[in-house]
Amino acid sequence: MLRDMTLGQYYPVKSPVHSLDPRVKILLLIAAIVAVFMAGNMLAFLPAAVYIFFACRLSNVPFNMLLKGIKPLRFIIIFTVVLNIFFLPGEKVWLDLGFAKITQEAVMTAILYALRLVLLVMFSSLLTLTTAPVTLTDGLERLLSPLSKIGFPAHEMAMMMTIALRFIPTLLEEADKIMKAQSARGADFESGNLMARAKAMVPLLVPLFVSAFRRAGDLAMAMEARCYHGGKGRTRLHVLKMHKNDWLAILSMAVLIACVILIGRL
Amino acid sequence: MENRIFEVENVSFAYEEAEEKAVQGVSLSVPEGAFYAVLGQNGSGKSTLAKLLNGLYLPTEGKVHVCGLDTADDQNIWEIRKQAGMVFQNPDNQIVATLVEDDVAFGLENIGVPTAQMPERIEKALSDVDMLPFRDRAPHTLSGGQKQRIAIAGILAMEPRAIIFDEATAMLDPQGRKEVFAAVEKLNREKGITVLWITHFMEEAARCQYVYIMEDGRIAMEGTPAEVFSVPEKVQALRLDVPAAARLAHRLRQAGMPLKEGLLHPEETAEEVARVCRLNSKA
Repeated sequence: MLRDMTLGQYYPVKSPVHSLDPRVKILLLIAAIVAVFMAGNMLAFLPAAVYIFFACRLSNVPFNMLLKGIKPLRFIIIFTVVLNIFFLPGEKVWLDLGFAKITQEAVMTAILYALRLVLLVMFSSLLTLTTAPVTLTDGLERLLSPLSKIGFPAHEMAMMMTIALRFIPTLLEEADKIMKAQSARGADFESGNLMARAKAMVPLLVPLFVSAFRRAGDLAMAMEARCYHGGKGRTRLHVLKMHKNDWLAILSMAVLIACVILIGRL
Repeated sequence: MENRIFEVENVSFAYEEAEEKAVQGVSLSVPEGAFYAVLGQNGSGKSTLAKLLNGLYLPTEGKVHVCGLDTADDQNIWEIRKQAGMVFQNPDNQIVATLVEDDVAFGLENIGVPTAQMPERIEKALSDVDMLPFRDRAPHTLSGGQKQRIAIAGILAMEPRAIIFDEATAMLDPQGRKEVFAAVEKLNREKGITVLWITHFMEEAARCQYVYIMEDGRIAMEGTPAEVFSVPEKVQALRLDVPAAARLAHRLRQAGMPLKEGLLHPEETAEEVARVCRLNSKA
Protein backbone atom coordinates (compact mmCIF):
# COMPACT_ATOMS: atom_id res chain seq x y z
CA MET A 1 0.00 0.00 0.00
CA LEU A 2 2.86 2.37 0.72
CA ARG A 3 4.32 1.64 -2.69
CA ASP A 4 1.54 3.51 -4.45
CA MET A 5 2.44 6.86 -2.97
CA THR A 6 3.59 9.20 -5.70
CA LEU A 7 6.71 11.22 -5.25
CA GLY A 8 5.73 14.87 -5.38
CA GLN A 9 3.43 15.60 -8.30
CA TYR A 10 5.89 15.95 -11.14
CA TYR A 11 4.25 15.17 -14.48
CA PRO A 12 7.06 13.78 -16.64
CA VAL A 13 6.45 14.83 -20.26
CA LYS A 14 8.55 16.90 -22.60
CA SER A 15 7.50 20.47 -23.20
CA PRO A 16 8.93 23.96 -23.51
CA VAL A 17 7.64 24.70 -20.01
CA HIS A 18 9.37 21.64 -18.55
CA SER A 19 12.68 22.61 -20.04
CA LEU A 20 12.67 26.17 -18.72
CA ASP A 21 15.44 27.07 -16.31
CA PRO A 22 14.14 26.24 -12.79
CA ARG A 23 15.41 29.58 -11.49
CA VAL A 24 13.26 31.36 -14.06
CA LYS A 25 10.25 29.26 -13.17
CA ILE A 26 10.60 30.00 -9.46
CA LEU A 27 10.96 33.73 -10.09
CA LEU A 28 8.02 33.69 -12.50
CA LEU A 29 5.90 32.02 -9.84
CA ILE A 30 6.77 34.80 -7.39
CA ALA A 31 5.95 37.38 -10.05
CA ALA A 32 2.64 35.66 -10.79
CA ILE A 33 1.75 35.65 -7.09
CA VAL A 34 2.46 39.39 -6.94
CA ALA A 35 0.35 39.92 -10.05
CA VAL A 36 -2.57 37.97 -8.61
CA PHE A 37 -2.40 40.01 -5.42
CA MET A 38 -2.26 43.26 -7.35
CA ALA A 39 -5.44 42.45 -9.22
CA GLY A 40 -7.95 44.79 -7.61
CA ASN A 41 -11.13 43.91 -9.49
CA MET A 42 -12.71 40.86 -11.05
CA LEU A 43 -11.73 41.80 -14.59
CA ALA A 44 -8.05 42.00 -13.69
CA PHE A 45 -8.03 38.23 -13.03
CA LEU A 46 -8.89 37.57 -16.64
CA PRO A 47 -5.36 38.01 -18.04
CA ALA A 48 -3.97 35.81 -15.22
CA ALA A 49 -6.54 33.10 -16.00
CA VAL A 50 -5.78 33.29 -19.71
CA TYR A 51 -2.06 33.12 -18.93
CA ILE A 52 -2.32 30.04 -16.76
CA PHE A 53 -4.58 28.36 -19.33
CA PHE A 54 -2.10 28.86 -22.16
CA ALA A 55 0.89 28.02 -20.00
CA CYS A 56 -0.84 24.77 -19.12
CA ARG A 57 -1.57 24.04 -22.78
CA LEU A 58 2.08 24.68 -23.63
CA SER A 59 3.28 22.37 -20.86
CA ASN A 60 1.34 19.30 -22.12
CA VAL A 61 -0.01 18.82 -18.61
CA PRO A 62 -3.74 17.99 -18.66
CA PHE A 63 -5.71 20.94 -17.35
CA ASN A 64 -7.56 18.88 -14.76
CA MET A 65 -4.20 18.01 -13.17
CA LEU A 66 -4.00 21.71 -12.33
CA LEU A 67 -7.54 21.68 -10.99
CA LYS A 68 -6.72 18.65 -8.85
CA GLY A 69 -4.27 20.82 -6.94
CA ILE A 70 -7.19 22.91 -5.71
CA LYS A 71 -8.98 19.96 -4.15
CA PRO A 72 -6.92 19.68 -0.93
CA LEU A 73 -7.42 23.41 -0.39
CA ARG A 74 -11.18 23.43 -0.91
CA PHE A 75 -11.93 23.78 2.80
CA ILE A 76 -9.66 26.79 3.19
CA ILE A 77 -11.25 28.39 0.15
CA ILE A 78 -14.81 27.71 1.37
CA PHE A 79 -13.83 28.94 4.83
CA THR A 80 -12.50 32.29 3.55
CA VAL A 81 -15.52 32.75 1.31
CA VAL A 82 -17.98 32.10 4.14
CA LEU A 83 -16.13 34.33 6.57
CA ASN A 84 -15.96 37.16 4.06
CA ILE A 85 -19.60 36.91 3.07
CA PHE A 86 -20.89 37.02 6.62
CA PHE A 87 -18.55 39.36 8.35
CA LEU A 88 -17.48 42.05 5.91
CA PRO A 89 -19.33 45.33 6.33
CA GLY A 90 -20.99 46.96 3.31
CA GLU A 91 -23.68 49.33 2.09
CA LYS A 92 -26.04 47.37 -0.14
CA VAL A 93 -27.67 44.80 2.08
CA TRP A 94 -28.90 41.72 0.22
CA LEU A 95 -30.01 39.68 3.19
CA ASP A 96 -30.35 40.52 6.85
CA LEU A 97 -29.99 37.47 9.10
CA GLY A 98 -30.08 39.42 12.33
CA PHE A 99 -26.67 38.31 13.62
CA ALA A 100 -24.99 39.18 10.33
CA LYS A 101 -25.76 41.04 7.14
CA ILE A 102 -24.86 39.79 3.69
CA THR A 103 -23.93 42.74 1.53
CA GLN A 104 -23.06 43.09 -2.12
CA GLU A 105 -19.57 44.34 -1.29
CA ALA A 106 -18.91 41.35 0.95
CA VAL A 107 -19.97 38.88 -1.73
CA MET A 108 -17.79 40.58 -4.31
CA THR A 109 -14.76 40.55 -2.00
CA ALA A 110 -15.37 36.91 -1.13
CA ILE A 111 -15.40 35.94 -4.81
CA LEU A 112 -12.25 38.00 -5.34
CA TYR A 113 -10.46 36.16 -2.55
CA ALA A 114 -11.61 32.77 -3.77
CA LEU A 115 -10.40 33.51 -7.31
CA ARG A 116 -7.12 34.75 -5.94
CA LEU A 117 -6.56 31.54 -3.97
CA VAL A 118 -7.54 29.34 -6.89
CA LEU A 119 -5.14 31.14 -9.21
CA LEU A 120 -2.32 31.00 -6.65
CA VAL A 121 -2.74 27.27 -6.30
CA MET A 122 -2.87 26.80 -10.05
CA PHE A 123 0.31 28.79 -10.64
CA SER A 124 2.24 26.92 -7.99
CA SER A 125 0.88 23.57 -9.19
CA LEU A 126 2.11 24.37 -12.67
CA LEU A 127 5.60 24.85 -11.24
CA THR A 128 5.63 21.57 -9.32
CA LEU A 129 3.95 19.64 -12.14
CA THR A 130 6.52 20.72 -14.71
CA THR A 131 9.70 20.69 -12.58
CA ALA A 132 11.29 17.56 -11.12
CA PRO A 133 11.89 17.94 -7.37
CA VAL A 134 15.66 17.69 -7.76
CA THR A 135 15.69 20.35 -10.48
CA LEU A 136 13.57 22.54 -8.27
CA THR A 137 16.06 22.09 -5.42
CA ASP A 138 18.87 22.92 -7.80
CA GLY A 139 17.15 26.13 -8.89
CA LEU A 140 16.43 27.14 -5.31
CA GLU A 141 20.06 26.60 -4.36
CA ARG A 142 21.28 28.74 -7.21
CA LEU A 143 18.77 31.48 -6.40
CA LEU A 144 19.65 31.50 -2.72
CA SER A 145 23.40 31.16 -3.17
CA PRO A 146 24.05 34.93 -3.01
CA LEU A 147 22.67 34.74 0.53
CA SER A 148 25.42 32.31 1.53
CA LYS A 149 27.72 35.35 1.76
CA ILE A 150 25.77 36.43 4.83
CA GLY A 151 25.86 32.95 6.28
CA PHE A 152 22.69 31.43 4.83
CA PRO A 153 23.35 27.69 4.24
CA ALA A 154 21.99 27.55 0.68
CA HIS A 155 24.09 24.61 -0.46
CA GLU A 156 23.52 22.62 2.71
CA MET A 157 19.76 23.09 2.48
CA ALA A 158 19.69 21.97 -1.11
CA MET A 159 21.86 18.95 -0.31
CA MET A 160 19.54 18.00 2.53
CA MET A 161 16.50 18.24 0.28
CA THR A 162 18.16 16.16 -2.43
CA ILE A 163 19.10 13.45 0.06
CA ALA A 164 15.59 13.49 1.51
CA LEU A 165 14.16 13.01 -1.98
CA ARG A 166 16.65 10.25 -2.70
CA PHE A 167 15.74 8.36 0.47
CA ILE A 168 11.95 8.62 0.27
CA PRO A 169 11.58 5.49 -1.91
CA THR A 170 14.17 3.62 0.18
CA LEU A 171 12.41 4.40 3.45
CA LEU A 172 8.98 3.63 1.97
CA GLU A 173 10.24 0.24 0.92
CA GLU A 174 11.64 -0.31 4.37
CA ALA A 175 8.42 0.82 6.08
CA ASP A 176 6.55 -1.65 3.89
CA LYS A 177 8.91 -4.44 4.92
CA ILE A 178 8.63 -3.62 8.64
CA MET A 179 4.85 -3.43 8.36
CA LYS A 180 4.71 -6.87 6.79
CA ALA A 181 7.08 -8.25 9.42
CA GLN A 182 4.94 -6.82 12.22
CA SER A 183 1.70 -7.99 10.58
CA ALA A 184 3.17 -11.48 10.31
CA ARG A 185 3.57 -11.38 14.07
CA GLY A 186 0.00 -10.29 14.62
CA ALA A 187 0.21 -6.51 14.56
CA ASP A 188 -2.95 -4.85 13.29
CA PHE A 189 -2.54 -1.61 11.37
CA GLU A 190 -5.92 -1.35 9.74
CA SER A 191 -8.71 -1.67 12.26
CA GLY A 192 -9.76 0.29 15.31
CA ASN A 193 -10.40 3.97 15.80
CA LEU A 194 -7.95 6.76 15.12
CA MET A 195 -6.23 6.41 18.51
CA ALA A 196 -5.81 2.65 18.14
CA ARG A 197 -4.38 3.06 14.66
CA ALA A 198 -1.99 5.79 15.76
CA LYS A 199 -0.82 3.51 18.55
CA ALA A 200 -0.33 0.67 16.09
CA MET A 201 2.12 2.88 14.17
CA VAL A 202 4.59 2.94 17.09
CA PRO A 203 6.09 -0.49 16.36
CA LEU A 204 6.49 0.66 12.77
CA LEU A 205 7.99 4.07 13.46
CA VAL A 206 10.54 3.06 16.08
CA PRO A 207 12.49 0.61 13.90
CA LEU A 208 12.10 2.95 10.94
CA PHE A 209 13.69 5.81 12.88
CA VAL A 210 16.49 3.65 14.23
CA SER A 211 17.32 2.49 10.74
CA ALA A 212 17.06 6.02 9.33
CA PHE A 213 19.67 7.18 11.81
CA ARG A 214 21.94 4.29 10.93
CA ARG A 215 21.54 5.11 7.25
CA ALA A 216 22.37 8.75 7.96
CA GLY A 217 25.59 7.72 9.69
CA ASP A 218 26.57 5.40 6.85
CA LEU A 219 25.76 7.97 4.21
CA ALA A 220 27.75 10.68 5.96
CA MET A 221 30.75 8.38 6.00
CA ALA A 222 30.31 7.42 2.34
CA MET A 223 30.03 11.08 1.38
CA GLU A 224 33.19 11.95 3.27
CA ALA A 225 35.00 9.05 1.65
CA ARG A 226 34.05 10.61 -1.69
CA CYS A 227 35.68 13.89 -0.70
CA TYR A 228 32.52 15.77 0.19
CA HIS A 229 33.43 18.85 2.17
CA GLY A 230 30.54 21.23 1.77
CA GLY A 231 29.74 23.60 -1.06
CA LYS A 232 33.13 25.28 -1.23
CA GLY A 233 35.13 24.61 -4.37
CA ARG A 234 32.43 22.35 -5.77
CA THR A 235 31.79 22.16 -9.49
CA ARG A 236 28.56 21.07 -11.11
CA LEU A 237 27.52 18.44 -13.62
CA HIS A 238 24.43 20.42 -14.56
CA VAL A 239 25.07 24.06 -15.24
CA LEU A 240 21.99 26.22 -15.56
CA LYS A 241 21.98 28.41 -18.62
CA MET A 242 19.36 30.85 -19.82
CA HIS A 243 17.95 30.07 -23.26
CA LYS A 244 15.70 31.96 -25.63
CA ASN A 245 12.60 30.35 -24.14
CA ASP A 246 13.56 31.58 -20.67
CA TRP A 247 13.68 35.16 -21.88
CA LEU A 248 10.38 34.70 -23.72
CA ALA A 249 8.79 33.38 -20.52
CA ILE A 250 10.04 36.38 -18.59
CA LEU A 251 8.69 38.69 -21.28
CA SER A 252 5.29 37.02 -21.18
CA MET A 253 5.15 37.47 -17.42
CA ALA A 254 6.01 41.17 -17.80
CA VAL A 255 3.13 41.50 -20.23
CA LEU A 256 0.81 39.76 -17.77
CA ILE A 257 1.78 42.10 -14.95
CA ALA A 258 1.30 45.14 -17.20
CA CYS A 259 -2.18 43.89 -18.20
CA VAL A 260 -3.17 43.30 -14.59
CA ILE A 261 -2.06 46.80 -13.60
CA LEU A 262 -3.76 48.43 -16.57
CA ILE A 263 -7.06 46.64 -16.09
CA GLY A 264 -6.93 47.33 -12.36
CA ARG A 265 -6.80 51.06 -13.13
CA LEU A 266 -9.93 51.01 -15.30
CA MET B 1 60.23 1.05 -0.92
CA GLU B 2 58.76 0.48 -4.38
CA ASN B 3 55.24 1.72 -4.94
CA ARG B 4 53.33 0.81 -1.82
CA ILE B 5 49.74 1.97 -1.93
CA PHE B 6 48.89 1.16 1.67
CA GLU B 7 51.56 1.04 4.33
CA VAL B 8 50.24 0.34 7.82
CA GLU B 9 52.77 0.29 10.64
CA ASN B 10 51.88 -1.10 14.02
CA VAL B 11 48.51 0.64 14.11
CA SER B 12 46.06 0.52 16.99
CA PHE B 13 42.68 2.15 17.24
CA ALA B 14 40.08 2.36 19.97
CA TYR B 15 36.59 3.83 19.68
CA GLU B 16 36.03 6.65 22.11
CA GLU B 17 33.57 4.93 24.39
CA ALA B 18 35.15 1.47 24.14
CA GLU B 19 37.65 0.03 26.57
CA GLU B 20 39.10 -2.53 24.23
CA LYS B 21 40.95 -1.60 21.10
CA ALA B 22 39.16 -2.47 17.87
CA VAL B 23 42.47 -2.74 16.05
CA GLN B 24 45.71 -3.69 17.83
CA GLY B 25 49.21 -3.47 16.47
CA VAL B 26 48.30 -4.17 12.86
CA SER B 27 50.93 -3.89 10.16
CA LEU B 28 50.31 -4.52 6.52
CA SER B 29 51.55 -3.38 3.18
CA VAL B 30 49.85 -3.45 -0.20
CA PRO B 31 51.89 -2.89 -3.38
CA GLU B 32 50.52 -1.00 -6.38
CA GLY B 33 48.38 -3.05 -8.73
CA ALA B 34 47.81 -5.85 -6.22
CA PHE B 35 44.58 -7.59 -5.26
CA TYR B 36 44.76 -8.28 -1.53
CA ALA B 37 42.13 -9.54 0.87
CA VAL B 38 41.44 -8.97 4.54
CA LEU B 39 39.42 -11.80 5.98
CA GLY B 40 37.74 -11.98 9.34
CA GLN B 41 34.61 -12.68 11.36
CA ASN B 42 32.17 -9.96 12.36
CA GLY B 43 33.79 -7.86 15.06
CA SER B 44 37.32 -8.89 14.10
CA GLY B 45 38.18 -5.25 13.39
CA LYS B 46 38.36 -5.53 9.63
CA SER B 47 35.87 -2.73 8.94
CA THR B 48 37.64 -0.48 11.41
CA LEU B 49 40.88 -1.23 9.60
CA ALA B 50 39.24 -0.23 6.31
CA LYS B 51 38.20 3.13 7.72
CA LEU B 52 41.73 3.71 8.99
CA LEU B 53 43.00 3.30 5.44
CA ASN B 54 41.52 6.49 4.03
CA GLY B 55 41.48 8.74 7.03
CA LEU B 56 37.85 8.23 8.04
CA TYR B 57 39.38 7.18 11.36
CA LEU B 58 42.82 8.22 12.56
CA PRO B 59 45.02 5.68 14.36
CA THR B 60 45.46 6.16 18.12
CA GLU B 61 48.91 4.59 17.76
CA GLY B 62 51.09 3.90 14.75
CA LYS B 63 51.07 5.31 11.25
CA VAL B 64 49.03 4.79 8.10
CA HIS B 65 50.48 5.92 4.79
CA VAL B 66 48.43 5.95 1.59
CA CYS B 67 50.43 6.50 -1.59
CA GLY B 68 53.17 7.84 0.66
CA LEU B 69 50.86 10.34 2.39
CA ASP B 70 50.31 10.24 6.13
CA THR B 71 46.59 10.03 7.01
CA ALA B 72 47.21 11.88 10.28
CA ASP B 73 48.15 15.03 8.37
CA ASP B 74 45.04 17.15 7.79
CA GLN B 75 46.34 18.57 4.56
CA ASN B 76 46.61 15.15 2.94
CA ILE B 77 43.13 13.97 3.68
CA TRP B 78 41.35 14.90 0.43
CA GLU B 79 44.24 13.74 -1.72
CA ILE B 80 44.23 10.41 0.13
CA ARG B 81 40.50 9.92 -0.36
CA LYS B 82 40.88 10.80 -4.02
CA GLN B 83 43.65 8.21 -4.44
CA ALA B 84 42.00 5.49 -2.38
CA GLY B 85 38.25 5.28 -2.87
CA MET B 86 36.01 3.16 -0.72
CA VAL B 87 32.94 1.04 -1.42
CA PHE B 88 30.79 0.23 1.59
CA GLN B 89 28.62 -2.67 2.57
CA ASN B 90 25.09 -1.30 2.20
CA PRO B 91 24.37 -0.36 -1.41
CA ASP B 92 21.46 1.89 -0.39
CA ASN B 93 23.40 3.99 2.07
CA GLN B 94 26.13 5.25 -0.21
CA ILE B 95 24.17 6.60 -3.14
CA VAL B 96 23.54 10.31 -2.76
CA ALA B 97 21.70 11.43 -5.87
CA THR B 98 18.33 10.54 -7.37
CA LEU B 99 19.81 9.62 -10.76
CA VAL B 100 22.62 7.19 -11.53
CA GLU B 101 24.48 9.75 -13.62
CA ASP B 102 24.22 12.44 -10.94
CA ASP B 103 25.51 10.05 -8.34
CA VAL B 104 28.59 9.19 -10.36
CA ALA B 105 29.12 12.93 -10.74
CA PHE B 106 28.97 13.50 -6.97
CA GLY B 107 32.64 12.74 -6.31
CA LEU B 108 33.73 14.71 -9.37
CA GLU B 109 31.78 17.72 -8.17
CA ASN B 110 33.40 17.42 -4.76
CA ILE B 111 36.94 17.43 -6.09
CA GLY B 112 36.18 20.32 -8.41
CA VAL B 113 36.47 18.66 -11.82
CA PRO B 114 35.48 21.18 -14.53
CA THR B 115 31.95 20.65 -15.86
CA ALA B 116 33.19 20.15 -19.43
CA GLN B 117 35.19 17.05 -18.45
CA MET B 118 32.46 15.42 -16.42
CA PRO B 119 30.26 13.71 -19.03
CA GLU B 120 33.21 11.90 -20.56
CA ARG B 121 34.54 10.67 -17.22
CA ILE B 122 31.08 9.57 -16.11
CA GLU B 123 30.51 7.67 -19.33
CA LYS B 124 33.86 5.95 -19.04
CA ALA B 125 33.37 4.99 -15.42
CA LEU B 126 29.88 3.62 -16.10
CA SER B 127 31.00 1.59 -19.09
CA ASP B 128 33.93 0.18 -17.08
CA VAL B 129 31.40 -1.48 -14.78
CA ASP B 130 28.95 -2.23 -17.64
CA MET B 131 26.30 0.11 -16.29
CA LEU B 132 26.18 2.70 -19.06
CA PRO B 133 22.63 1.79 -20.20
CA PHE B 134 21.39 2.64 -16.71
CA ARG B 135 22.67 6.20 -16.57
CA ASP B 136 19.20 7.78 -16.50
CA ARG B 137 17.69 5.39 -13.98
CA ALA B 138 16.74 6.10 -10.39
CA PRO B 139 18.94 4.12 -7.96
CA HIS B 140 16.02 2.52 -6.12
CA THR B 141 14.93 0.76 -9.32
CA LEU B 142 18.23 -1.16 -9.54
CA SER B 143 19.26 -4.48 -8.00
CA GLY B 144 21.79 -4.65 -5.17
CA GLY B 145 24.61 -5.75 -7.46
CA GLN B 146 23.83 -2.95 -9.88
CA LYS B 147 23.78 -0.39 -7.08
CA GLN B 148 27.20 -1.57 -5.89
CA ARG B 149 28.51 -1.25 -9.43
CA ILE B 150 27.18 2.32 -9.51
CA ALA B 151 29.00 2.98 -6.26
CA ILE B 152 32.17 1.61 -7.87
CA ALA B 153 31.63 3.81 -10.93
CA GLY B 154 31.26 6.84 -8.66
CA ILE B 155 34.72 6.13 -7.32
CA LEU B 156 36.26 5.13 -10.66
CA ALA B 157 35.25 8.47 -12.14
CA MET B 158 37.56 10.13 -9.62
CA GLU B 159 40.42 8.10 -11.14
CA PRO B 160 41.81 6.59 -7.96
CA ARG B 161 44.87 4.36 -7.72
CA ALA B 162 43.24 2.04 -5.22
CA ILE B 163 39.79 1.02 -4.03
CA ILE B 164 38.98 -0.43 -0.62
CA PHE B 165 35.95 -2.70 -0.60
CA ASP B 166 34.50 -2.91 2.89
CA GLU B 167 32.37 -6.07 2.67
CA ALA B 168 30.94 -4.75 -0.55
CA THR B 169 29.20 -8.04 -1.35
CA ALA B 170 27.94 -8.96 2.11
CA MET B 171 24.39 -7.74 1.49
CA LEU B 172 24.03 -9.07 -2.03
CA ASP B 173 22.49 -12.26 -3.35
CA PRO B 174 24.84 -14.82 -4.93
CA GLN B 175 24.22 -13.43 -8.42
CA GLY B 176 24.98 -9.85 -7.36
CA ARG B 177 28.03 -11.04 -5.45
CA LYS B 178 29.40 -12.75 -8.53
CA GLU B 179 28.77 -9.78 -10.81
CA VAL B 180 30.40 -7.28 -8.44
CA PHE B 181 33.44 -9.46 -7.81
CA ALA B 182 33.89 -10.05 -11.53
CA ALA B 183 33.70 -6.30 -12.20
CA VAL B 184 36.37 -5.64 -9.57
CA GLU B 185 38.66 -8.37 -10.92
CA LYS B 186 38.38 -6.80 -14.35
CA LEU B 187 39.29 -3.35 -13.01
CA ASN B 188 42.32 -4.77 -11.27
CA ARG B 189 43.42 -6.74 -14.32
CA GLU B 190 42.76 -4.18 -17.02
CA LYS B 191 43.25 -0.85 -15.32
CA GLY B 192 45.82 -1.88 -12.72
CA ILE B 193 43.74 -0.50 -9.87
CA THR B 194 44.96 -1.74 -6.51
CA VAL B 195 42.24 -3.58 -4.63
CA LEU B 196 41.92 -4.27 -0.94
CA TRP B 197 39.02 -6.67 -0.61
CA ILE B 198 37.61 -6.92 2.90
CA THR B 199 35.26 -9.85 3.31
CA HIS B 200 34.14 -12.83 5.32
CA PHE B 201 33.54 -14.99 2.24
CA MET B 202 36.32 -17.56 1.85
CA GLU B 203 35.65 -18.20 -1.82
CA GLU B 204 36.33 -14.54 -2.59
CA ALA B 205 39.45 -14.38 -0.45
CA ALA B 206 40.74 -17.50 -2.18
CA ARG B 207 40.79 -15.63 -5.48
CA CYS B 208 42.95 -12.77 -4.19
CA GLN B 209 46.73 -12.68 -4.35
CA TYR B 210 47.43 -12.36 -0.66
CA VAL B 211 45.26 -12.75 2.43
CA TYR B 212 45.40 -11.18 5.88
CA ILE B 213 43.21 -12.94 8.42
CA MET B 214 42.05 -10.81 11.32
CA GLU B 215 40.92 -11.97 14.73
CA ASP B 216 40.19 -9.74 17.74
CA GLY B 217 41.74 -6.71 16.11
CA ARG B 218 45.02 -8.43 15.27
CA ILE B 219 46.36 -10.04 12.16
CA ALA B 220 46.29 -13.72 13.07
CA MET B 221 47.56 -15.16 9.81
CA GLU B 222 48.80 -13.94 6.47
CA GLY B 223 50.02 -15.39 3.22
CA THR B 224 48.91 -16.36 -0.25
CA PRO B 225 45.55 -18.15 -0.28
CA ALA B 226 47.34 -21.41 -1.07
CA GLU B 227 49.56 -21.03 1.98
CA VAL B 228 46.81 -19.92 4.32
CA PHE B 229 44.20 -22.49 3.36
CA SER B 230 46.66 -25.38 3.27
CA VAL B 231 46.39 -25.52 7.07
CA PRO B 232 42.61 -25.83 7.54
CA GLU B 233 42.91 -26.58 11.27
CA LYS B 234 44.53 -23.24 11.94
CA VAL B 235 42.02 -21.30 9.84
CA GLN B 236 39.12 -23.12 11.45
CA ALA B 237 40.53 -22.30 14.87
CA LEU B 238 39.95 -18.65 13.91
CA ARG B 239 36.27 -19.52 13.43
CA LEU B 240 36.56 -19.21 9.67
CA ASP B 241 35.69 -21.70 6.97
CA VAL B 242 38.19 -23.01 4.51
CA PRO B 243 36.88 -23.02 0.92
CA ALA B 244 35.11 -26.33 0.32
CA ALA B 245 37.52 -27.37 -2.46
CA ALA B 246 40.58 -26.72 -0.29
CA ARG B 247 38.99 -28.65 2.58
CA LEU B 248 38.25 -31.61 0.31
CA ALA B 249 41.79 -31.59 -1.09
CA HIS B 250 43.17 -31.53 2.43
CA ARG B 251 41.04 -34.50 3.49
CA LEU B 252 41.97 -36.47 0.38
CA ARG B 253 45.64 -35.76 1.02
CA GLN B 254 45.27 -36.96 4.61
CA ALA B 255 43.62 -40.11 3.30
CA GLY B 256 46.73 -40.74 1.25
CA MET B 257 45.91 -39.28 -2.17
CA PRO B 258 49.02 -37.54 -3.54
CA LEU B 259 47.37 -34.26 -4.60
CA LYS B 260 49.54 -31.22 -5.23
CA GLU B 261 49.53 -28.35 -2.71
CA GLY B 262 47.66 -25.08 -3.07
CA LEU B 263 44.31 -26.29 -4.40
CA LEU B 264 41.58 -23.71 -3.77
CA HIS B 265 38.97 -23.72 -6.52
CA PRO B 266 36.52 -26.47 -7.44
CA GLU B 267 37.65 -26.69 -11.09
CA GLU B 268 41.37 -27.09 -10.42
CA THR B 269 40.72 -29.54 -7.60
CA ALA B 270 38.52 -31.66 -9.87
CA GLU B 271 41.22 -31.64 -12.54
CA GLU B 272 43.91 -32.59 -10.05
CA VAL B 273 41.82 -35.45 -8.65
CA ALA B 274 41.15 -36.67 -12.19
CA ARG B 275 44.87 -36.48 -13.00
CA VAL B 276 45.85 -38.49 -9.93
CA CYS B 277 43.12 -41.06 -10.66
CA ARG B 278 44.38 -41.49 -14.24
CA LEU B 279 47.93 -41.99 -12.95
CA ASN B 280 46.68 -44.61 -10.46
CA SER B 281 44.67 -46.53 -13.04
CA LYS B 282 47.70 -46.64 -15.39
CA ALA B 283 49.95 -47.89 -12.60
